[in-house]
Amino acid sequence: MERLRWVQQCCRQLLAGDSRRGWYSDGLPTSSLLNTHSPRGRVCGKQRTVFPRNGRHQQDYERVSRNYKSNAISTTKYTFLTFIPMNLFEQFHRAANLYFLFLTLLNWVPVVEAFQKEITMIPLLLVLIIIAIKDALEDFRRYLFDKKVNNNVVRVFCGTQKSYVDQCWKNVQVGDFVHLSCNEIIPADMLLLYSSDPHGVCYIETANLDGETNLKQRQVVSDFPLQGEEFTPESFHSRIECENPNNDLSRFRGYMEHSNGVRVGLHSGNLLLRSCTIRNTETVVGIVVYAGHETKAMMNNSGPRYKRSKLEKHLNTDILWCVVLLFVMCLTAAIGHGLWMNSFKESIFQVDTETPPALAGFYIFWTMVIVLQVLIPISLYVSIEIVKLGQIYFIHNDLSLYNKQLDSRIQCRALNITEDLGQIQYLFSDKTGTLTENKMVFRRCSIFGVEYPHEENARRLEVYESENTETAVCSVTLKSGYSGKSLSCRSLSCNRSSVSLHTLTAEPMEEDQLSGHVQPRTGAFCSRMAKEVVPDPALGRKLNWLTNHSSSETPSSMELTYITDFFLALAICNSVVVSSPNQPRHVIPEERTPLKSLEEVKLMFQRFSFSPFSALSPSQIKGSPHSLKSRLFIRGKRGSLTLSTPVSNTTDVSSSSQENDSKPDLSAREEEEQDVEDQETEDDLKDTQTNPDEARQSMQDLTKQVEEITDELVYEAESPDEAALVHAARAYRCTLRGRSAESLLVDLPGIGSLAIQLLHILPFDSNRKRMSVVVRHPLTGQVVVFTKGADSVIMDLAESPTDQTEVYSHIKEKTQKHLDAYAREGLRTLCIAKKVLKEDEYDLWLKAHMLAESSIENREELLLESAQRLETNLTLLGTTGIVDRLQEEVPETIAALQRAGIKVWVLTGDKQETAINIAYACKLLCASDKLLTANCGSKDACAALFEDLILEVQGGESLTALTGNGESMSSSFILVIDGRTLGWALEDELRSNFLELSRRCKAVICCRSTPLQKSQVVQLIRDHLGVMTLAVGDGANDVSMIQVADVGIGISGQEGMQAVMSSDFAISRFKHLSKLLLVHGHWCYSRLANMIQYFIYKNVMYVNLLFWYQFFCGFSGSVMTNSWVLILFNLIFTSAPPLIYGILNQDLPADALMELPELYQDAQTSKTFVPYMFWITVLDAFYQSLVCFFVPYFAYAGSDVGVLSFGSPINASALFIILLHQVIESNTLTWIHMVVLVLSCTSYFGFVLLLSGFCVTCSPPVNPLGIELLQMSHSLFYITCVLTTVAALLPRLFFQALCNTLHPSTVLKSAHMDTVDSENYCRRMQRWNMTHSKTNRRSAGADNAGLEPSLA
Amino acid sequence: MMASSYNAKEEDGHHSGASSGTGLSKNKKPDNTAFKQQRLPAWQPILTAGSVLPAFFVIGLIFIPIGIGLYVTSNNIKEFEIDYTGVSSDSPCYNCAKNFTWNTTEPCVCTVNFTLLQPFESNVFMYYGLSNFYQNHRRYVKSRDDRQLNGDLSALTDPSKECEPYRKSGDVSIAPCGAIANSLFNDTLVLYYVDSNNSKIEVPLVKKGIAWWTDKHVKFRNPAGNSNLTLAFRDTAKPVNWAKPVYELDPSDPDNNGFINEDFIVWMRTAALPTFRKLYRIIQKKSGTTPTLPNGNYMLNITYNYPVLSFDGRKRMILSTISWMGGKNPFLGIAYITVGSICFFLGVVLLIIHHKYDNRNTSADIPS
Repeated sequence: MERLRWVQQCCRQLLAGDSRRGWYSDGLPTSSLLNTHSPRGRVCGKQRTVFPRNGRHQQDYERVSRNYKSNAISTTKYTFLTFIPMNLFEQFHRAANLYFLFLTLLNWVPVVEAFQKEITMIPLLLVLIIIAIKDALEDFRRYLFDKKVNNNVVRVFCGTQKSYVDQCWKNVQVGDFVHLSCNEIIPADMLLLYSSDPHGVCYIETANLDGETNLKQRQVVSDFPLQGEEFTPESFHSRIECENPNNDLSRFRGYMEHSNGVRVGLHSGNLLLRSCTIRNTETVVGIVVYAGHETKAMMNNSGPRYKRSKLEKHLNTDILWCVVLLFVMCLTAAIGHGLWMNSFKESIFQVDTETPPALAGFYIFWTMVIVLQVLIPISLYVSIEIVKLGQIYFIHNDLSLYNKQLDSRIQCRALNITEDLGQIQYLFSDKTGTLTENKMVFRRCSIFGVEYPHEENARRLEVYESENTETAVCSVTLKSGYSGKSLSCRSLSCNRSSVSLHTLTAEPMEEDQLSGHVQPRTGAFCSRMAKEVVPDPALGRKLNWLTNHSSSETPSSMELTYITDFFLALAICNSVVVSSPNQPRHVIPEERTPLKSLEEVKLMFQRFSFSPFSALSPSQIKGSPHSLKSRLFIRGKRGSLTLSTPVSNTTDVSSSSQENDSKPDLSAREEEEQDVEDQETEDDLKDTQTNPDEARQSMQDLTKQVEEITDELVYEAESPDEAALVHAARAYRCTLRGRSAESLLVDLPGIGSLAIQLLHILPFDSNRKRMSVVVRHPLTGQVVVFTKGADSVIMDLAESPTDQTEVYSHIKEKTQKHLDAYAREGLRTLCIAKKVLKEDEYDLWLKAHMLAESSIENREELLLESAQRLETNLTLLGTTGIVDRLQEEVPETIAALQRAGIKVWVLTGDKQETAINIAYACKLLCASDKLLTANCGSKDACAALFEDLILEVQGGESLTALTGNGESMSSSFILVIDGRTLGWALEDELRSNFLELSRRCKAVICCRSTPLQKSQVVQLIRDHLGVMTLAVGDGANDVSMIQVADVGIGISGQEGMQAVMSSDFAISRFKHLSKLLLVHGHWCYSRLANMIQYFIYKNVMYVNLLFWYQFFCGFSGSVMTNSWVLILFNLIFTSAPPLIYGILNQDLPADALMELPELYQDAQTSKTFVPYMFWITVLDAFYQSLVCFFVPYFAYAGSDVGVLSFGSPINASALFIILLHQVIESNTLTWIHMVVLVLSCTSYFGFVLLLSGFCVTCSPPVNPLGIELLQMSHSLFYITCVLTTVAALLPRLFFQALCNTLHPSTVLKSAHMDTVDSENYCRRMQRWNMTHSKTNRRSAGADNAGLEPSLA
Repeated sequence: MMASSYNAKEEDGHHSGASSGTGLSKNKKPDNTAFKQQRLPAWQPILTAGSVLPAFFVIGLIFIPIGIGLYVTSNNIKEFEIDYTGVSSDSPCYNCAKNFTWNTTEPCVCTVNFTLLQPFESNVFMYYGLSNFYQNHRRYVKSRDDRQLNGDLSALTDPSKECEPYRKSGDVSIAPCGAIANSLFNDTLVLYYVDSNNSKIEVPLVKKGIAWWTDKHVKFRNPAGNSNLTLAFRDTAKPVNWAKPVYELDPSDPDNNGFINEDFIVWMRTAALPTFRKLYRIIQKKSGTTPTLPNGNYMLNITYNYPVLSFDGRKRMILSTISWMGGKNPFLGIAYITVGSICFFLGVVLLIIHHKYDNRNTSADIPS
């Protein structure tokens, strides 16, 4: 029975496989296109219906699901059988390969046949085989991967056995119920139907998909039983309608129709994506909706990128010239042969006299094409690929591009544009996360129009910074160790939670293992910096008022409400997921929460807003201002270990017990943790303080609590801003303790833990530039909207309510002032606002919102609309300033890049003031630079402004020209342009003016620009100025820019991996750019350019030898070389040296390139690959070939030399010339070069000697037996070779020496500089020694006469 | 194209995720080796006037003596050359040359007299030289069957297609086949010394040892299995232009007959250039002090068989001694001297430049 079913299934799979191709090509791309661009245009037939596969809907299931792909994946390009035909087919897409195929076929035509048929095939075959082997290996690796993935085991519900059975991934079908446990990987895209979590949520880690390590929450399809009884697949009778597979990760729409006709909307929050990992949830059941290649993960899996480098395009023109050259040579031969035929009417050496001369000439033309084929370098393309691979290998292995903290090397994702790195002229950089750390640290805030400067906090940041620079090593290890620790906890928290749920294993053991295993990559948002916010004393005092009413200054109740709401908003208005090492992160420990009744809460609120809390803390005697101050002081200095006995006034018992219990534990831990812990215990003690009577009694509780609190909370945020704000709120003891789908657990100062009912989250999107949460306020019970967003947006939305207008507008005014001040300081600003909703208002909105949520068609638009409806008339609470520090060495890097002649543009979405500030900080702007600001209200104004600015710039330029002070950078201009103006500037009419203007500016800063504008700018510059552009960015908003630029560089930073995924190179720090461009770019470019030139030289030189011979053999296409040697000469004997040259040559040492970035520019313009260099190379090749042919010619003329004997010295000297030419051209010679050169020589001579020794009849019809042996036994051979080699290389050697001496380029100057410098130093030292030794001698002589002779 | 191989690691990230749960604590730090960090100790040749000029002087100093040596050696070689084509009407072979047809059975004989002004010491090599004869023509060079010449029996009766149109005569395959063999040089040269009393003394010409050892012993072999060459070649025809079959090339010496006839072997090694000479005979040095060829009058008796006038060719007889560097060739000596002088001259130029510019560069920075 089971077997039958299996067979059935196989048949079905086979059928599906058959129809796969047609379906795929039809359904896939079109549907995804359709869906993204015109959602309304979709018809029902384009939807996918999924029936459960639980045995009950077998018929429906089979009818519908036949065309759905199974979960087996195959990413291989070929199968075992199709490999050869398909691979060949692909390879012959290349023009060069086709050309050589043509030559091979041509050689089969008897009248033009030049060599034996096999021999012409060798080059082509060799190239084809090399590429095929490479392709096969790649494919085989993919196959192994697929096999491994396909054979992963997962528990799938089996209809016949009515239980979950283990099955391979590949056997999972659409409609299957899959049962997953924690840490398992999701095998296919499925709808979440059941989660063991009481709230019906489940967490997935999408690191495998998009590299983001924070957890994402998924929800069980609504109106499913959330908890309680185990989910039973048999009872599932619903039908699922959803959209056809597409590659949009963030979108999923559909509905589920139950058997009773009720429809439930589905959205991406219900979808578990293939290759994500289940975290923090014990068990999960889902139904597969997309499987195999139709999953979103697979559809997003695009291969590596191919870009054509500029050099490659250039190369093609050179190849074209080679073709022209070839044509000319062949034509010469053809005409020559015709004339020759004409003059020899009747001769005994002419085999074929019947052919008329013209026809014979025509034949000869084609023969010559075959003979001179070497001129077109077939191996060049392969060689270039190999060289690039080698270059990539070295870039990848560069120690200075390795980031120790993140343990990440540079990733080279595009492999064929290495040399473009050496030609960059414009660099477009994102600001946040690229120039800056994107490690947001709360710096200061303003609430209720009152600024809290957080001086202590600022000092801490400075201290940290200097610490960081001074004792870099120390702090780095500290930090990485710390983040690693917290991280390892985080990444395994799920594991541990499950452990603790199932078995109670020994914790310490586990922890040791954990700390040994560090995953620093994800240490992103948990830096010590971000966590430790030192509260502002004033604000702290005000807050403490809640707990401690006897503070000196009494804030107004309204201000207090503002402050509380502000911090509450900071704590909850986010998508931060909380976890702690000892607990599953999402669980709200409700059993520990003192569930307060509404009355109680209300009471508390009243107390807190109006009364001085007398009821709460009857014994506040000990919380005197003094102790409070000292506490704050201690907190301020937290980070040092001086805090020994912070709570001297608590009961001895508790204090000692605390010390006894915690110290042994602590000793092993990190310093910071200890601090945190101390702080926490301190807090706790303070709580216990308030009830001194219970202190003794709660001793045991306390120790328990200490342990509990020790496991610090870990916040995982989607953006670092959020984490920073949550940490800031926590510093004010407004701690986010946990989150679930429906509630949030927050500690409030003086109140304790509160469960806040979470009604809605309106997530952040870049259009709205804000996010909101709708909660039921824990204290008032009102529905409150907390909104957090960009200042521009919030300030517009914040409208003053009718009452308290005066106060409010005052606040707004003040806050705006603070905002401006923050921006000037370079801080990132966020505004916090709230809005209290009336119940009926809320109900009204809720209805509309529900409607929007459940709609399938244009759900996004409706949701956006709904959110916008809610976020109006907000009450501004305050604003925050977040510091985003510059990455290390950014100013140096930018300065170096500018010296290298690269124009640096900064494209940012930030405010103008912030952008300018950062530009100053990273030395993009100097004090002397003239700032041109373009903020226009209208297009016409914009046009006029551009005209003016251009005039101004021209004026400035002519001024510099007049003074003749070109070198002083005094009058360089910086253009600052904002997003709106940029939009106009990019339009057709203003484009040219904008280009004109920006071209004359030293740098351009575009602020407030959208991702699209970023890419438009890059495109504009790239296309209209025809320059090489490089874009560097770290976030999803930089993706388009990265893709448009010639070279896209992603910074693997804090904001996920989208930028990295779309980039050509991924680095981890901005400073790596300088080494990457200045050293590797320069090297790669010069290496490759030189190699290509050398390659062409080599071929021209060698082929011309054959050509000259035609003049002495009646242009008959005869060659003086054995055809094996002829073909292999380029392909094997002289192929390795250029490769080594292309991979290892260093025209300048790395440190010189780093120190003199000007060299970068120099290489672009001068030497290496300018067009006339091609002709100089070709001319030199002509000269060398002339020498190489005619010296042996005259040496052997008139003698009894045979054809092959004549070729022997020519070949040998050609080899020497070609190899030595490279030695002259090389800038560095290492033992590898030597080995390869020697190998080349030995392989040639070995081969020809072997042929001459043993080839009796092996190479018909011209057979090399004995030739080389005899030739090499003659002294004439050596005499000729030496003369030829020297004479051929003489001019190049001479002219190179001449050029280097007469016009020493910067390149050489720098090379000299080291030696000159050291010489100078030596001389000066000598002089100094001389003078000083004289004086010394005098004094020494006075002291000790015995020394004098030795000194003299 | 190569790209994907390298990238598969990152690209397939979601696959490998299956195992990533276990956690890899492997450090990604690149090895700090001289090779990987591109810090291999390297010799960095910087070509400037200062660094290159010694090389120029050295080359000059080495080349000029070599050149002089070569020139002297070449000049010591004695060579005598005589054209016997018979182009002009006063030439003794004029009639033979004019009346030639391949099919003449009656050999035409002519005699050329010449005088050697200097005696030839040591071994003298006797060459015949042809001009304007393109033995290196592509079709001509290929027109042979090495397997047949190597004694392969199957190739004997079924020669390679390369031999066309000299592959078969009628139905019988030609041995040796091909155009090269067909055009075998078949003049016979006999040298007489005319002594003072006008009597002719035939100069002994050695006809063995003129071919390469490898050719004679490895490459060329008579068909195996039959000691009687006539029988061995019985199924084959003689080449069209030949007067007699291959097994009658030298009936007197079985070791020099058939394919291993040395005249034949020498001819089969095609010349590289259209003007060439081929070794014909060796005049061995007699013992004692008497020169091999004393100065005086000589008479060259030519059996004129080979036509060259149709393609404007020339035939010559050359007598030459050889040295360690081969035959007479003044070119190499002159070339060495020239290149050496140029090197020396360039060296001087570089020296001047070096003093003018290199010093300025370095000295500019020094005063301070």
